[in-house]
Amino acid sequence: MNIEKMTARSIRRGIMEKQFTAKEVITSFFEKIHEKDPAINGFLTLCREEALVQAEHIDEKVKNGEQIGSLGGVPIAIKDNMCTDGIKTTCASKILYDFIPPYDATVIKKLKDADAVIIGKTNMDEFAMGSSTENSAFKKTKNPWDLERVPGGSSGGSAAVVSAGMAPVALGSDTGGSIRQPAAFCGVVGLKPTYGLVSRFGLIAFGSSLDQIGPLSRNVKDSALVLEAIQGEDKLDSTSVKHSITKDYISSIEKGVKGMRIGVPVEFFQSGLDDEIAASIKESIEKLKALGAVLEDISLPITTEGLSAYYIISSAEASSNLARFDGIRYGYRTEQFENLDELMEKSRSEGFGEEVKRRIMLGTFALSSGYYDAYYNRAQKLRKKIKEQFTKVFESYDLILSPTSPVLPFKIGEKSSNPIEMYLADIYTININLAGIPALSMPCGISQAGLPIGLQIIGPHYGEDKIFKAAYALEQELKLAAFHPML
Amino acid sequence: MSFETIIGLEIHVELNTKSKIFCSCSTEFGAKPNEHTCPICLGIPGTLPVLNEEVVNLALKAGTILNCEINKLNKLDRKNYFYPDLPKAYQTSQYDIPICRGGHVDIETDGVKHRIRLNRIHMEEDAGKLVHLEDEGVSLVDYNRVGVPLIEIVTEPDIRSVEEAVTFLRTLKSMLEYGEISDCRMEQGSLRCDANISQRRVGQDTFNTRVELKNINSFKELQKALEKEEKRQRELYTFGEENKIVQETRRWDSAKGKTIPMRSKEDAHDYRYFPEPDLVPVIINSIQIQEIKEALPEMPVEKKKRFKVLYSLNDKEIDIIVGDKALSEYYEALVSYGTNPKTGANWILGNMLKLLNEKELETNQIPVPPNALCKLTEIISEGKISITAGQEVFKEMFYTGKSAEEIVKEKGLSQISDTKDLERIIKSVLDSNPQSVSDYAAGKTQAAGFLMGQIMKASKGKANPQVAKALLDEQLKQRV
Repeated sequence: MNIEKMTARSIRRGIMEKQFTAKEVITSFFEKIHEKDPAINGFLTLCREEALVQAEHIDEKVKNGEQIGSLGGVPIAIKDNMCTDGIKTTCASKILYDFIPPYDATVIKKLKDADAVIIGKTNMDEFAMGSSTENSAFKKTKNPWDLERVPGGSSGGSAAVVSAGMAPVALGSDTGGSIRQPAAFCGVVGLKPTYGLVSRFGLIAFGSSLDQIGPLSRNVKDSALVLEAIQGEDKLDSTSVKHSITKDYISSIEKGVKGMRIGVPVEFFQSGLDDEIAASIKESIEKLKALGAVLEDISLPITTEGLSAYYIISSAEASSNLARFDGIRYGYRTEQFENLDELMEKSRSEGFGEEVKRRIMLGTFALSSGYYDAYYNRAQKLRKKIKEQFTKVFESYDLILSPTSPVLPFKIGEKSSNPIEMYLADIYTININLAGIPALSMPCGISQAGLPIGLQIIGPHYGEDKIFKAAYALEQELKLAAFHPML
Repeated sequence: MSFETIIGLEIHVELNTKSKIFCSCSTEFGAKPNEHTCPICLGIPGTLPVLNEEVVNLALKAGTILNCEINKLNKLDRKNYFYPDLPKAYQTSQYDIPICRGGHVDIETDGVKHRIRLNRIHMEEDAGKLVHLEDEGVSLVDYNRVGVPLIEIVTEPDIRSVEEAVTFLRTLKSMLEYGEISDCRMEQGSLRCDANISQRRVGQDTFNTRVELKNINSFKELQKALEKEEKRQRELYTFGEENKIVQETRRWDSAKGKTIPMRSKEDAHDYRYFPEPDLVPVIINSIQIQEIKEALPEMPVEKKKRFKVLYSLNDKEIDIIVGDKALSEYYEALVSYGTNPKTGANWILGNMLKLLNEKELETNQIPVPPNALCKLTEIISEGKISITAGQEVFKEMFYTGKSAEEIVKEKGLSQISDTKDLERIIKSVLDSNPQSVSDYAAGKTQAAGFLMGQIMKASKGKANPQVAKALLDEQLKQRV
């Protein structure tokens, strides 16, 4: 029995039906981790002891004939920017190298309530800033499809461990594409939900108005299953959804795409897009048409300017969000200092990595008096226009379809010296965060060199149900179930 | 050349909420260091703020009381700066759109009425406190105060003298107390005042360079700090050295009795304000404003009118009693127990304030409950003890908490009203002062006064004056 090849839904069913125990599941995944992770470097921290205790607790429930939660016994890996009570949470930064949160993020609480088992914390770009996971202060995660290539980022650790079969599902966070782009690079399903659908309480903030937690999984149904468990209003997050939402996606997920109107923005297929990716997306478009969906070219002109608005807004928010890391209360503190200012300056200079410092400086500059209107204010106006543009499209279309990334997974070190080129990797994903709408990346093909290609399905606010339906239909049609090289 | 002083004040007021602005920690003053903290107010990574609605209500109430225009669509902003007492490294505040704009406070100095206009009121959170242990060479942080909700009230530069500034602050304080917006304890920092002060030549209509004064913790310090700075500035103008007045922040050092430069305009922070993305806009509707208006408690102006009609007190008495909410409540309780309004005012304005001052107590800490003071006034008016003895009894009540009757009994202060006892004393006084008796008989009526004094002396002050006077008159008549 290969439990680690199973989906989250079948693992839970297996435990419930007493085919195997939760303890066996966890043990089996840890064996896989010990076998695979030395080569992949997906995890920063493993929680074997805690996971086994939790598994025994679930087995006890099953033994007593009690109901188990919707993720009963399902192992889950967590990106290391979500606070876990008593378990190190570092954001892959030296400045938080020893930080142990005194509380659980709301998503962690909800996962525990659903009887999921947290197996470890995954590597990421420092403070989620990056598209390759190379900005981690601790280790470089490898792409399971080609160990010389990056897994994407910033949720590269989560994408890689799911892709390599070290966890059936994981949580990532997405500020400008940080779930979808690594999902595309690692050939897994990654969802960035509608801003506000999942509580951000306990997610160490990067760009507060853009950040959103979402699932990474090996199939669409598992993505829906995890979203059902973590979504919903949270009294601790003022920006979380306040109206009623779809609670059950899975019951209607198989309804198909017949009659669905899907827009394909021409701007997302222009120069800079890899030919193989373009060809693969076009194949999927034909498949969706064959399934009865209506696909039409649309225009989203302003989105090309989204990249600059995104870097201004996300960096401005980051410059403020990351100001609290000053070496005073927790985290890294410099060894030698003469006075308070030096303590803070040196702790920050030594504790943050290059990319983080670059963005703090960019954000600080954008908010400075005299520059605020030219940068931050202008970016906000552009953001509003981008939102309006998407709203307008969704008046006539159910979904939008595009590539997730313009490029295939690149080699480690290939782009790390050129920040602009790295930023361009997010060109198709960042507008979605600016608009606050949901989008899912799913594998749609394999390049000649054997690298996965990702397709993005974008929905209107709280349109996750539509996204899941289309993604599931396409997933069935593409027959990509056995898609994972490392399994 | 004569000068006039231009003053504008910025007042920080800690709001009367039970919990902090963004978390459920208590706002109570005086707890052990860092006792009232949680991951949210400590800014532990990942935590988010949730706005306490009571903060908005109190800010609206303040705006209503102070005649402001209420802004319906509000947001909060981040004010970014590094300091260890600010755990998030930004203060959540309001920048370009305050919840209240305009407004005014009417004050009166030397019988002249002035209207001091307000610029704005905005909501924000307080910071923690640094404690410097000089001997050990370390600094510690107490985060109990971090996240305590504040409103900042900013006046226009409408204040023209130190006296007006002090009167304005007193008037404002009493309005905020009446509105139950804050407990306004300057000594605990729940009411703090920064002052901007500059000089200009009389007749000039532009403003000159101003200096900001910080760290003013009492009315007395406000007065002293402004007087010192006014003097410093005027001297510089007088000697043509006004270029030495630079736009700067000066710290009032109460121990040294002078202002000390803190930072100049060049050192001013760039706070990089931007809208707080973790909070949603605060929308005020008309119903909310209407509800607040309808539930407003009586304000000092109205109470003064009522006191004048109801208790026939004079303006000065009313100003002092009504100017202090706790005192006015005490007074009304006292009168409601049955004390004569005039008598009650006399007790409060005389003995009570003197003793409070001596013991350094606030008016909400009066140790003699109103019904106990009422009992004392009753004993006096019934003639059981003299007023002089009454004052001694009051002091004792104030310090020991014992009842008036107990003290009167213990000290044997009861007045002698018994006719037989008094007749005996009077007889012996008359017997030993034949000269005075014959003076009286000869028409020197002032001799009666001397004899009355002797009676009081012989009775050790316990003789009931009214009864004794009547008996004396009677006995004198018999002897004539």
